[in-house]
Amino acid sequence: MAGRAVFRQEFSVKGGDFAKAGAVACRIKELLKELGFDGQTVRRAAIASYEAEMNVIMYAWEARMKLAVKPDEIRITVDDKGPGIPDIELAMTEGYSTATPEMRELGFGAGMGLPNIKKNSDAFRIDSAVGRGTRLEITIHLNGHRA
Amino acid sequence: MVTLKDVLTRVEGELLTPGTSLDGLCPKVFASDLMSDVLKSAEPGSLLLTGLANVHVIRTCSLADMAAVVFVQGKRPDPASIEQARANGLPLIATRLPMFEACSRLVFLFGDVPHGR
Repeated sequence: MAGRAVFRQEFSVKGGDFAKAGAVACRIKELLKELGFDGQTVRRAAIASYEAEMNVIMYAWEARMKLAVKPDEIRITVDDKGPGIPDIELAMTEGYSTATPEMRELGFGAGMGLPNIKKNSDAFRIDSAVGRGTRLEITIHLNGHRA
Repeated sequence: MVTLKDVLTRVEGELLTPGTSLDGLCPKVFASDLMSDVLKSAEPGSLLLTGLANVHVIRTCSLADMAAVVFVQGKRPDPASIEQARANGLPLIATRLPMFEACSRLVFLFGDVPHGR
């Protein structure tokens, strides 16, 4: 059972706002560095956050991203309002993508975002309701990984 | 070990971010126009070669702890992106060489050092 959060912060992300893409992930990275976590832990959290933020910007209408740091884990939750994912298993398949050509021109939308979030998490949970939205829960266990 | 200064010379590059250090070591190289690939497969501290020149390259490389970016084929990001990289301490290099030529020259430079994928 995870302990109580010792640090929490919330962020909002707007769908389609490519100009600000990565702003939340950058802030999460800065905060985790300031809190003294080691480089590898910070990088994993930053990459998972960035992939999740890009997914909101590319596919959803808006989202709340929450960072919660507990003594034994970092948890990032993403609750979006959006079209949802009809087939989560398919969406988790590396290379499967519904990205537009414009998204691909930016260097994204290769169908690797969700699998890469899972790769950078110790525990990953995804729930989605078509027409309503998607919730991601990204957990990184600390195991004493403080700088 | 290869430094960014060595890379700059070898690709006949121009440093776009004056003030960022070229003394840093880059143990590996990763070449891609797909930022999804960088996020998934590049190792921290790697040098990125890319033909994609937008602000997302800067953000991706800063978040993924890349050592520096070489923009090939005369590509260069806009001034706001360059300023963001400078603020993040991410050196940017522009070269007129095409991707294959730039990679070929770096293969000689890196020699037996294991490369990125």
